[in-house]
Parts: sequence; structure tokens; C-alpha cells
Amino acid sequence: MIRGAIRFIDERTGSAPLLRKALRYAFPDHWSFLFGEIALYSFVILVGTGVFLTLFFEPSLARTTYDGVYDPLRGTEVSLAYDSALRLSFDVNAGLLMRQTHHWAALVFVASIAVHLMRVFFTGAFRKPRDINYYIGLTMLTLALIEGFAGYSLLDDLLSGMGLAIAYATTLSIPLIGGDVGFLIWGDQFPGADDFISRLFIVHVLILPVIIGGLIAVHLALIALPHHSQFRGQGATERNVVGTPMWPGYALRSVGLLFATAGVLFLLGGLVQVNPIWQWGPYEIYDGTNGAQPDWYMGWLIGALRIMPPIEPTLFGYTIFPNPFFGGLLVPTLVFGFLFSWPHIERRVTGDRAAHNLLDRPRDNPWRTAIGVALFTFVTLIFLAGAADRIFVSFGIDYETQVWIFRVAVFVLPALAYLLTKRICEELRDTDWHPLRGPPGAAVRRTSGGGFQRVSVARAGRSRGRSGAPRE
Amino acid sequence: MRPAENGTLALLAFAAGAAVFFIVAYALEWSTQVLGLAIGGALLAIAAALIVAGKQVAPGEKVKEERPRLADRAEERELEREIERGGEGVSRRGVLLGGAAAAGTALGGALVLPAASLGPKPADRIGYSPWRRGTRVVDEEDAQLSPADVKVGTFVSGFPEGADKRELGSPVILVRLRAEDLDLPADRSDWDADGVLAFSKICTHAGCTINLYRYPLFPAQSPGPALVCPCHYSTFDPATGGNRIFGPAGRALPQLPLGLDDAGRLIASDEFSGPIGPSWWGVRK
Repeated sequence: MIRGAIRFIDERTGSAPLLRKALRYAFPDHWSFLFGEIALYSFVILVGTGVFLTLFFEPSLARTTYDGVYDPLRGTEVSLAYDSALRLSFDVNAGLLMRQTHHWAALVFVASIAVHLMRVFFTGAFRKPRDINYYIGLTMLTLALIEGFAGYSLLDDLLSGMGLAIAYATTLSIPLIGGDVGFLIWGDQFPGADDFISRLFIVHVLILPVIIGGLIAVHLALIALPHHSQFRGQGATERNVVGTPMWPGYALRSVGLLFATAGVLFLLGGLVQVNPIWQWGPYEIYDGTNGAQPDWYMGWLIGALRIMPPIEPTLFGYTIFPNPFFGGLLVPTLVFGFLFSWPHIERRVTGDRAAHNLLDRPRDNPWRTAIGVALFTFVTLIFLAGAADRIFVSFGIDYETQVWIFRVAVFVLPALAYLLTKRICEELRDTDWHPLRGPPGAAVRRTSGGGFQRVSVARAGRSRGRSGAPRE
Repeated sequence: MRPAENGTLALLAFAAGAAVFFIVAYALEWSTQVLGLAIGGALLAIAAALIVAGKQVAPGEKVKEERPRLADRAEERELEREIERGGEGVSRRGVLLGGAAAAGTALGGALVLPAASLGPKPADRIGYSPWRRGTRVVDEEDAQLSPADVKVGTFVSGFPEGADKRELGSPVILVRLRAEDLDLPADRSDWDADGVLAFSKICTHAGCTINLYRYPLFPAQSPGPALVCPCHYSTFDPATGGNRIFGPAGRALPQLPLGLDDAGRLIASDEFSGPIGPSWWGVRK
């Protein structure tokens, strides 16, 4: 049977030699390489569950009276979008499972991309020849944020409406052209023309998924062309790849990871409630609720909006920067702009333009690691600031006090994190300690006189390279 | 090898069982939880089977591959020559390229322009509100509101009679302050109706709905009455005409001057004190 299949393909494509080589493709082993795969497999689940949802969801703001099985809302006037989302949750067999799994998959998708980005950053995997792939990955993260936001904004529940209001205000805050851009997207003053939700729908189910899917294909091709990067040890060099071959070892493991990702997501979708829109109720422009929190990956932007001082600079009567500009546009632009320009910055500062297939451990480049941790600290702090009202409810810390603490902390703590991380990395690098396993130990030999003598052993996994340190 | 093979087999059997259980649960329309457990269990069992197989059953080996050499300089130069050969004998290359660029840009612009059909020009719709002098104030059920409907310490949502309630400029938040708490600026001294004040319900920061009203239960120690937006906690002081007292909002909350009609019911005695909703470039013009 196998022979028949191979013959069939080879006679039509002549690809047997290529496929044979592909089966021997080496995947270096490290747990941190799995996050990108989890993101990929979450995307697969997103597409699968998403297709199911489109068969039942109606992207329309036309009004209807809800008369489904959920008692507390029966008789309420709602939009078709909200109505159909309730119906597919309660009346469609396995509908709620699919909807919740879709939502969980979106949360995990963005989370795994974010962790994958950290892996790539802290190990220097973004350096030539993989810099293009780093830019593509960052682009996909940006699109994933928009895609996720568009997704949960479609349902026309109270949370979607509140989120869209903020998105509208943030769009309006673009200097000079904000009003025009806002009206271009919404078709009218918020909540917008009736077309708005069907536009958002096509962005969510077609335009962005197709772009992300295409970028994933390019991303994978650009991984395979120069082959995977790898850590030192086990005979790994810049010129070779040491790892588990695609067939049978890695294929089985990776498909296993696909099933594991799917399994966990379906368990979450079945057992752990997420975005219960029937509890939020339908959106009305005159309704709002306390304690509203966005999906986790938007939390940092809410925090940035919240702790921004009430500044709205004007010039000749024109409002140059409406306030949401700072938290909603400037902060994400700076963070992503910094990430996008990092490979360039590092090349400029270190003068290192060489291609790198061997990865750094975070300690190998204390300066880069410290900067990454500082940025991470900043984003985490504004993320926490986005939950300051919840912190108030849970821990009783006065909200206004928190805002002032965060306003100071977002500048001070990243600086401290930078210094501390740099120090720890230098210490680890110089002593070769492992952050969890402790000191590396030493090989000794007993001398004829009964004493011990240290023997120097060239140990695998060790790197004394300071190639990435900034030029003094 | 043998125990690992048996283990893999057991996991595959479990997966098959869980998948069949899912089919039964689906057919009998059991709960979301049962469905999730069944399908999740089946998927995880297959995952475990594959991982055990990958680690234990299949021959575990490491391979060492040579990396493909990127960047062959000779090949690059050949390619460069190949491209340049296409332009040989063309005398005015720069001019031609310029012409192509101009045509491309113009055509690109022409192709993108239809996107403008998406939205109208903001014109006077941005910051628009249907409130006019004399508009009656009604509640969600279109019943006209009187000052007596607004009690001290709580708020009521009001709408312009006959207008679309889903318009950004429609909803107002009505509160009543005791006469001694009122501190309106001189030019707004008659903007309350029997102590009832009206403000746009849309926050001037990010366009969320102001749906929280902080009212001191023990005025000696508590901060004064305030209208609070639940999105980013911009806080406005109704007593002084909607001034921002905390949070990120850059403008005061627009106030709607109130009056009473002949029957003693609430009406707008003029339009909003400023544009409603979030700020934009021309909001202060």
C-alpha cells in the first residue's frame, strides 16, 4: 500500500527524493521549541471550530425578540447577532462546546505566540538568517490581537459593545484623520451603521484568517529553508543540525502535541465557562457594567488607557492627541515598534552581522536579556493596571492610590528589572550555575598523595561566548 | 518495547471508547460538560498514545544533518547578471522606470479609493446629539420624566423624546443634588431643574457608558457625589457641571441644561454644553 502511494505521487511529481530527505529532517530537542507548535495547532482548532460557528451565527444588527430556551432573556429585544449567538450556545447540539472551545483556543493562540516570541527573543533566534521570520511572527501576533478582538466584538453582548466603544474612541484619537478613519470603519458615529457588524464579520472569518494562514505557511517555509536553530551541545555547530528525525520520532511527537492541544482546548471548552454572553446581556448604548474585563491579551491596553494622566494637548484649538491616543495607540506602537526594530538595534549596538544557527542561553547575552525582561516588566505592569479595579475588589487597595503607584512603577520597575536581570545573567554566565539545578560541579581526580585535584573537562552545553555583548 | 506497545494500544483503545461515548452523548443531547470530557478525553488519549509511541515504540535515534549553505556568492552574481540582461539596450531606463512608478502609483490610488464608499465624511454627524431646546426627557419606556422621578443619591437614564435611543448623543444620566451641594458655575446657575442635573451618559474619554454614581453615605468622610465610567474610571463632578476630578478623560462631561414644561416635567432648555462622546481632532473647534 505504501509502495503504491509513493509510486502514485512520485510518477506525478518526482518528489520521492525530496520526501525522503524531508523524513530525515532533524528537529533539535528543547521544550521551549514547542510554543510555536502550540500556536500553530491552536490555529487549526480555531479554524475548525470557527467554521462550525459561522454555520449558525448571523452577523446582523437587525432587531428581533429573543424567544429561545434561556428564560431570563426571553422577550428581550436584541440584535440578530446576539440572538444567534445565544441560539448556537443553547439550542444547537454541541454548539456551546464549539463556541467555548473556539474562545479558549483564541486565548491559548495568543498566549502561545507571546511565549514563543519571548523564547525567540531571549535566545537570539531572531538573528540572521531568521530575522525575516521574526518580523513575520510579530506581524502575526499583531494580527492575532486584532483577530481575537474582532471575534469577541461580533456577538453584540454588553462586553463587545463596551470594547467597541473604546476601539471607536481610540480610532478617533488618531491625530488629524481620526474622525475620518472612524467613520470609514464604522460608517457613522458609534455604534455605527448597520453594516458595521457584517464588515467586522468578514474581517474576522475571512480576511484576517487568510492573511494569518498565508503568513503561517511562509513562516514554516522560512524555518525549514535554513533548518532549525539549536542550542549548543551534543556536537551541535553552526553548520549542522542535531536532533530527532522527522520520521518516525518527531512526527509522532508533534502530532501528539496537536492532539494534546486539541484535547486540552476541548476539555476547557466543555468544562470551563468562558464569555457567558447571556450573563452580560445585550449591548445598548446607554448600558455599561462595572468590573468589565477584556480578553487577557487586550488587558495591557486597558491598563495603559487607565493610568494615562488626563492630558489632551491642543494647538490652535485643534486637539492634537485626544487622550486615548496615548494608551490605545502610542503604547502598543512603541512596544511593537521596539520589538520590530530590535534585530536592527542589536546589530547596530553589537556590530554582529553574522548568521547564527546556535542559540544563546539568556545568560549568554545579559544585555539583551535584561532589556527583554525590562520590556516584559513594563507590559506586565500596565496589564496589571488594567485589572486595578479587580485588585481593589479582591485586596481592598484604593483604586486612586493604585493608579499613582502604577504611574510611577511603569518607569521604575523596568529599570530595576534591567539592572537585576543583567546582574543575575552575568553571575550565571561567570559561574555556570543553573538557575534551578545550582552549581555545575567539577570533576576531580584523586592524587597519589591522597588529595584531590580538579580536572578541567570540556563540557557539553557550555558556552563562554560573549559574542552578543555590547561593544564597549 | 513490549510494555510500551501495550501501553500505546491501551491508550488507543481508550481513545476509541471515549470517541464512541462522545457520539452517544451527542445523539442523546447530553450536556456540554459531558461532550467536552468525552471528546477531550479521546483527543488526549490519542496524544498520549502518539507520544508514548514516539518516545518508546519507534526506534529512538538522533540524526546529525549538514545545514544547507545559504548565500552562494557566485550564484547571486549570476542572478544579478540575468536580471540586468533583460534591461540591456534600453537607453532611457530611468525615465521608463519613473513612468512605470507613476502609472503604478496612480493606478494603486485609483484601486484603493473605492474603500471610501465604506463611510461617509464625519461632517456634522461626529459628536452629534439629537437634543434640542425644548426636547422632552423620557425614560426607557418613553414615559416623560419629572424631577420627582429622580431621587437624591441615585441616577436615572433619560432620552430625548422621539429620537433614536441607540444614538450616541441620546442617553443622559440624571441625578438630583440637594440645593446646598450644588456648585454650578455662574453661567450655568439655571441649568438644573429642581436640583435635577443632566449629563451626557457617554464618557468623553473612550466613549463608554457612564453607569456608576458615587454618592456619599457619610458626607463628612466620603468624597462628594461623582459620575464614574466603569471602563477607565474617569470621574466627573456633577455639582460643578461635570468637571473631571479623576481619571484619564481630557474634557468635562457635556451638561444638558434642564428646564420644566408647563406640566412641570423635564425638558432640555438648550443643547449640550459641548460635543458628546470621545474626543477627536476638531472636538474643541
